[in-house]
Amino acid sequence: MRDPVKSNLTIRVCMGTGGIAAGGVEVMAVFADRLAGRGIRADIRKHCSIHKVGCRGLCAKDVLVDVILNGDKTTYQFIKPDMVERIIEEHVVGGNPVLEWAVGEDYHQFHDKQVKVVLSDCGNINPEEIDSYISVGGYNALERVIKKMTPAETIALIKKSGLRGRGGAGFPTGVKWEICRSVEASRKYIICNADEGDPGAFMDRSVIEGNPHAVIEGMTVGASAIGADKGYVYIRAEYPLAVERLKNALKQARERSFLGKNILGSGFSFDIRIKLGAGAFVCGEETALIASIEGLRGMPRAKPPFPVHKGLWGQPTVINNVETLANIPYIIRNGAEWYASYGTEKSKGTKVFALTGKIRNSGLIEVPMGIPLREIIYDIGGGIENNRKIKAVQTGGPSGGCIPAELLDITVDFESLARVGSIVGSGGMVVLDETDCMVNIAKFFLQFTQSESCGKCVPCRIGTKRLLEILERVTEGKGRLGDIELLESLANDIKATSLCGLGQTAPNPVLSTIKYFRDEFEAHITKKKCPAGVCRDLLSFVVLKDFCKGCGACKRVCPAGAVTGERKQVHVIDPEVCVKCGACYDACKFKAIGKG
Amino acid sequence: MIHLTINGLPVSVPEGTTILDAARSADIPIPTLCHHPKLTPYGGCRLCIVEVKGINRPVTSCTTPVAADMEVATTTPAIEGMRKTILELILSDHPNDCMVCEKAGDCALQELAYFYGVRENRFDGERRCYAGKDRNPFIDRDMEKCILCGKCVRVCEEVQGVGAIDIAYRGFNAKICPPFEKDLSCEFCGQCVSVCPTGALTGKAWTQRGRQKDIKEVDTICPYCGCGCGITLHVRRNEIVRVSSREETINEGWLCPKGRFGYTFVNSPERLHVPLIKEKGVFREAGWDEAMSLIVSKLGKIKKKYGPDAIGGLASARCTNEENYLFQKFMRAVIGTNNIDHCARL
Repeated sequence: MRDPVKSNLTIRVCMGTGGIAAGGVEVMAVFADRLAGRGIRADIRKHCSIHKVGCRGLCAKDVLVDVILNGDKTTYQFIKPDMVERIIEEHVVGGNPVLEWAVGEDYHQFHDKQVKVVLSDCGNINPEEIDSYISVGGYNALERVIKKMTPAETIALIKKSGLRGRGGAGFPTGVKWEICRSVEASRKYIICNADEGDPGAFMDRSVIEGNPHAVIEGMTVGASAIGADKGYVYIRAEYPLAVERLKNALKQARERSFLGKNILGSGFSFDIRIKLGAGAFVCGEETALIASIEGLRGMPRAKPPFPVHKGLWGQPTVINNVETLANIPYIIRNGAEWYASYGTEKSKGTKVFALTGKIRNSGLIEVPMGIPLREIIYDIGGGIENNRKIKAVQTGGPSGGCIPAELLDITVDFESLARVGSIVGSGGMVVLDETDCMVNIAKFFLQFTQSESCGKCVPCRIGTKRLLEILERVTEGKGRLGDIELLESLANDIKATSLCGLGQTAPNPVLSTIKYFRDEFEAHITKKKCPAGVCRDLLSFVVLKDFCKGCGACKRVCPAGAVTGERKQVHVIDPEVCVKCGACYDACKFKAIGKG
Repeated sequence: MIHLTINGLPVSVPEGTTILDAARSADIPIPTLCHHPKLTPYGGCRLCIVEVKGINRPVTSCTTPVAADMEVATTTPAIEGMRKTILELILSDHPNDCMVCEKAGDCALQELAYFYGVRENRFDGERRCYAGKDRNPFIDRDMEKCILCGKCVRVCEEVQGVGAIDIAYRGFNAKICPPFEKDLSCEFCGQCVSVCPTGALTGKAWTQRGRQKDIKEVDTICPYCGCGCGITLHVRRNEIVRVSSREETINEGWLCPKGRFGYTFVNSPERLHVPLIKEKGVFREAGWDEAMSLIVSKLGKIKKKYGPDAIGGLASARCTNEENYLFQKFMRAVIGTNNIDHCARL
């Protein structure tokens, strides 16, 4: 039997929001408790550390726990508190990993094709300890920038790296910094946009939860390059854990003189304040974000003037997204060439995506720009759930579009996604299969943008409402001939005339679904059928005589009493009474209920 | 000066001028609903979109400054088509009740609907429906007619400095209202009413008193105080039905609640038409000559018995400058005292 006190043991428990939701706190407590109970507590600090780490991507398999014993790492998945005892007994004490609980091939496959820059330290370091970040080279970049480089050199380096904004628009970061630096002003600001609001997107949250110091370091580098002495992180109040870790990180950074007056004795002063967003999606739009920080209603204003000329309180302001800023320290540490070696000619580096939908390995991934979409779906994502057929991939969230399965071989970068009518956006990636109705998908995103429109400009306020209403009637079987053309015409006018990015991109899900799935729209309108069997008003359920065994399962679950039939006789559904809930369809073991 | 062309015509304007102002200076019309020359550009209604060569999407002329050699087109088929769509959208959520609207004939939205021929509307669907009525004494707020141009919000904040209203809620449910959707409780200057392009904001006293086509406009000076604001009386059948003010006045078109809403006394049936003389505690109607004679004799007696300084005069801000001048002249030259004062001096 090994002596665990003498061995070098590290236990890492995933404590991103996903990990905590799956029970990470309890798992970690039980580890501490049981290890202490075995009398190893005394030496816990010396030889054994248990610490929380940020998200490592594969949230679908939380709680993930790494047990590193004398350098050998075993990662366990789906860990519950009652499993801890056996891991300690057999692995920590006995030296034999509990292989049946360890992650399988898919976990490794999930990580193999990824290239982690922004996420490289997420999941390895303790986000609540600055020393943990410093131990992997953290704040080296800041020290180098403020002590050895001129602002012009810093900007040149970022420009050379080819880094483009990760918030959606893809504007070259170095160019933005350069413009802001060149504007004469008594005061300048740098703002980190952490108002991540796309449904299903959690890239920025995970970065802040897993490695908040990288964002702070990136911001401070940016501030020194443009000449700002004050910064804001505009972050959603709905991200309590990220806010807490950020606050904690800011405090630690100030204590170590990475923030505040006279940073590292260089004479450069800069500090960051947190501004909590109140839950308006439109506040992710930079001018609305500025209005919100100024205490006004979060409504966009016309550009020009752009924030780099006239931003917060009328002063030149750089607004960068979380992921953009978190890239900065790594680019400075490893060099522009290193970063530019990833990606395509025009889209350099890596991009973080939130891979969700009908995919086996849903989670957070970071891939080099230019990776084929097919590799993301099948190699990293492990393919489609239940071996169904893939239908489309929706990228860019509510501002993005749907890429049909035929185009799965395109590469994922700013240019190629734009060519097929979608966008990289902030990094949402929702995989849709044959059971998804594309009209319904378009409706879902429109519901979101319509309710999040600020109401300032007519096309967005009323236009998206009318788009949604047309989609609603199409899915309810009340679609009119000409509705597809009306949708296209209105969508194009909204795109062209809306004031800000929200309205300008809100019609994209409608346009791209019509472009690639026009036949589905036509089926809804002319045949009054939903080919995917999703739109309830267009469904009818019938018992298929040849398959029905008369078991009565459908009759028992029907909430409306629409199914009749004697035992061992073919049953019948009364369409007049049927409420189309689908309970019979799910209950039938013999596939004897026809849906269509 | 910046030189540019608008619809092919060369135009020269000072740097910083917006495309909209440049076009209007050259007498080229561009439709707007949310623009007001004295308020911060807003860019909300999107009707003032124009094409600028080299920019791949329409730009709002009210917010975009001119640039050297810019080539602007204000009425291409594409632009006019989009404007019509925008009008259709606005009208798809606007009560179709011009027949009974106070603002008919003086409504910017009605004018645009007419010029763009929006009779058929491709869009139908939900309309905003507000049951509650604002019970404030002066301003009728019919928010179903509101097009969210935001002029009222801006004028209240930027001109009046009050900030009594703002936009609440989001998207289609966005609505302009006082805090917590209570009844309006402000200074009631009515600046918001004066800039509202539709019938959303009107004076409560205007209701069913006559629409613009029946109105004779009479320019005069407000009698309420010494500011001397220029006002325009809207008169129908010799009755003042509302008061407005022109932008070119000394007060730049802005008024106070008294000037804007305090005109109803003019046609009040309770107003005196003949002098009254009180005898034994009771008023009786009298002729002007009789009343004047009584005043002369009483003042004469007092002056003779107690001296002129026993008499004092208090003039009214409601009188004109000329009237006030004459009154002090009368007190000093006829009565012989300096005991003359004026309510507005307080």
